[in-house]
Amino acid sequence: MLNIQNLHVRVAGKDILKGLSLHVKAGEVHAIMGPNGAGKSTLGYAIAGRAGYEISEGSVTFNGRDITTMAVEERAQAGLFLAFQYPVEIPGVNNTYFLRAALNAKRKANDLKPLDSREFLKLVREKLKVLHISDDLLSRAVNEGFSGGEKKRNEIFQMAVLEPTLAILDETDSGLDIDSLKIVAEGVNRLRRKDRAFVVVTHYQRLLDYIEPDFVHVLADGRIVQSGDKTLAAQLEDHGYGWIKERQIKEGAGA
Amino acid sequence: MAEAREQVESLVKRGYEHGFSTDIESDTLPPGLDEGVVREISKRKDEPEWLLAWRLKAFRHWQTMTPPAWANLKIEPIDFQAISYFSAPKTKAKYASMDEVDPKLLATYEKLGVPLHERARLAGVAVDAVFDSVSVGTTFKAELGKVGVIFCSFSEAVREYPELVRAHLGTVVPIQDNYFAALNSAVFSDGSFVYIPKNTRCPMELSTYFRINAINTGQFERTLIIAEDDSYVSYLEGCTAPMRDENQLHAAVVELVAFDRAQIKYSTVQNWYPGDEEGRGGIYNFVTKRGECRGVKSRISWTQVETGSAITWKYPSCVLKGDDSSGEFYSVALTNHHQQADTGTKMIHIGKNTKSHIISKGISAGRGQNAYRGLVKIEKSADGARNYTQCDSLLMGKRCGAHTYPYIEVKNPSAIVEHEATTSKISDDQLFYCLSRGIGQEDAVSMIVDGFCKQVFKELPMEFAVEAKKLLEVSLEGSVG
Repeated sequence: MLNIQNLHVRVAGKDILKGLSLHVKAGEVHAIMGPNGAGKSTLGYAIAGRAGYEISEGSVTFNGRDITTMAVEERAQAGLFLAFQYPVEIPGVNNTYFLRAALNAKRKANDLKPLDSREFLKLVREKLKVLHISDDLLSRAVNEGFSGGEKKRNEIFQMAVLEPTLAILDETDSGLDIDSLKIVAEGVNRLRRKDRAFVVVTHYQRLLDYIEPDFVHVLADGRIVQSGDKTLAAQLEDHGYGWIKERQIKEGAGA
Repeated sequence: MAEAREQVESLVKRGYEHGFSTDIESDTLPPGLDEGVVREISKRKDEPEWLLAWRLKAFRHWQTMTPPAWANLKIEPIDFQAISYFSAPKTKAKYASMDEVDPKLLATYEKLGVPLHERARLAGVAVDAVFDSVSVGTTFKAELGKVGVIFCSFSEAVREYPELVRAHLGTVVPIQDNYFAALNSAVFSDGSFVYIPKNTRCPMELSTYFRINAINTGQFERTLIIAEDDSYVSYLEGCTAPMRDENQLHAAVVELVAFDRAQIKYSTVQNWYPGDEEGRGGIYNFVTKRGECRGVKSRISWTQVETGSAITWKYPSCVLKGDDSSGEFYSVALTNHHQQADTGTKMIHIGKNTKSHIISKGISAGRGQNAYRGLVKIEKSADGARNYTQCDSLLMGKRCGAHTYPYIEVKNPSAIVEHEATTSKISDDQLFYCLSRGIGQEDAVSMIVDGFCKQVFKELPMEFAVEAKKLLEVSLEGSVG
């Protein structure tokens, strides 16, 4: 589903990603871990197409399509979703109104009839029930006055409504207490499907106790330096990122 | 990004959709202003002696005044002798029913989206259509008449209810108040007159449409709204004007009087020709609007959405004389391309325990210059006065400007005055957030701007709120690059 080959991304003139490759198939959950400054958020933004994140080399294909030439909204309409680490507030814009606009934009791009407010509200209430999220979310403005936990839950809620095929969760667990973390993780787990893939970017292993990944990758110095299964995450937890560096140096020296 | 630019360019080239003019013959005075013109205007309108005397007093006073120059506006000097001060359509007689009105006039209203008969009836809104300087017809007069509400043209009020007009004209905005008010008082063409008797809630929203047609005709509207004890009225003012090359001056005066426990709600959605992309030829909107809360517990609220005009210069204000009276001001002012605005409000607290509430949202785009100028004046007598002012500016682009000039004068130590101000731009983060959910650029900007204006839009009557939102969207097209 997602095929990244030798991706180089430059931000504000600085090379952040230096040859990252990643291959994600439908139904899989990939975790990306790494020290600060490694380029974890950059990866998410580059895939989503944020301005200022210049792809200087390499390719990103999504379901066989080269998405690097597509506008941000087109990528979203094609099934991509980015859950932000720091979701921004949009005062005065009703959450429900916002989501309906987003969903209908996606439906229109895929030749589907838009949902009217009644149909949409029905859909939304069903999703809320499944996620155990209170419906007062519906009457508030997008993220305005939301606590950290509420913002993250709102991201998951949006994901549930928009039904992306590829969801990138950018440090969804940052700033969350254990209870919020569990709710968010449960929401993600309920959204796991054979035709959906997740890329979970996280700094700490803790989240992966609740969202079990199929693959774990370590992103350091702008590249994926190590890949493995979920046991790799536990090893990182025990030894720290420095351990990866040491192993790299050893291997480098050996070669 | 290249696609976006193409889109933007094609939208910017979209013309002002209301640009056209009617072919009807106009009975127009040649340009120029002297005492003779003032007398002629009064004569053509069959006015009583006291009103002519009032006009002449105003004119003589105007001759001693000079145009004010303190605003944050670049104004081409206006040649007052080059303007024609009276223009009436040939068909001047009053009609018993709409069927008798000149069909060409009705077609004009049709184009403007004001089919008097259909739309007014469906919406339950009485429409007083002012075509140039003479009123054409008033629908629903009979229905309003049943509850004693008077809603007619100003000219008609002078004929039918002279005592009422004479008692209140100039009591809120005296002829000496300012340069443009003096001019208006001398040469005002027509406007609306509303009278709500005691204990009466006006059963429908009252509205008026304007049109400035003939070349070089200044429009000098005069409106007077009187709400007696325990009454309520909601009045809507919405304007469109055709495309012209010459600048057109609109110097209106609106006076509101609210007695004990009365409430007047005055809403404006203004869509006048703002000038072309180079800033040429738009309307000059220099208005004096003031409401006096004369009675105890009276309330006056001004709500405006200003997106048109080349230059907007107005400060809808409230004089809070009655104890426990309150004044409100909600405004969205947009300047795009080369538009300029110097607008705000004055809240004068005189009585005891008076309150004022100000929410001003300024949006600047293109090379627009937007200034908020507000005065909160608490007089010595105003024990327990309260004011809350929130003044937010949104900048879209690098070449526009937002300026704030708040004046606070407090002469009573028990007053509480709060002022909050923010200046922001549509953040890249907010835009990206919307785009990442599949919402297109133009829609995202509209959405964010709408959210910014929400506090003001919710004060507008329903049908106006919809028109206002659309207006803002159209006015902002092509402003984000």
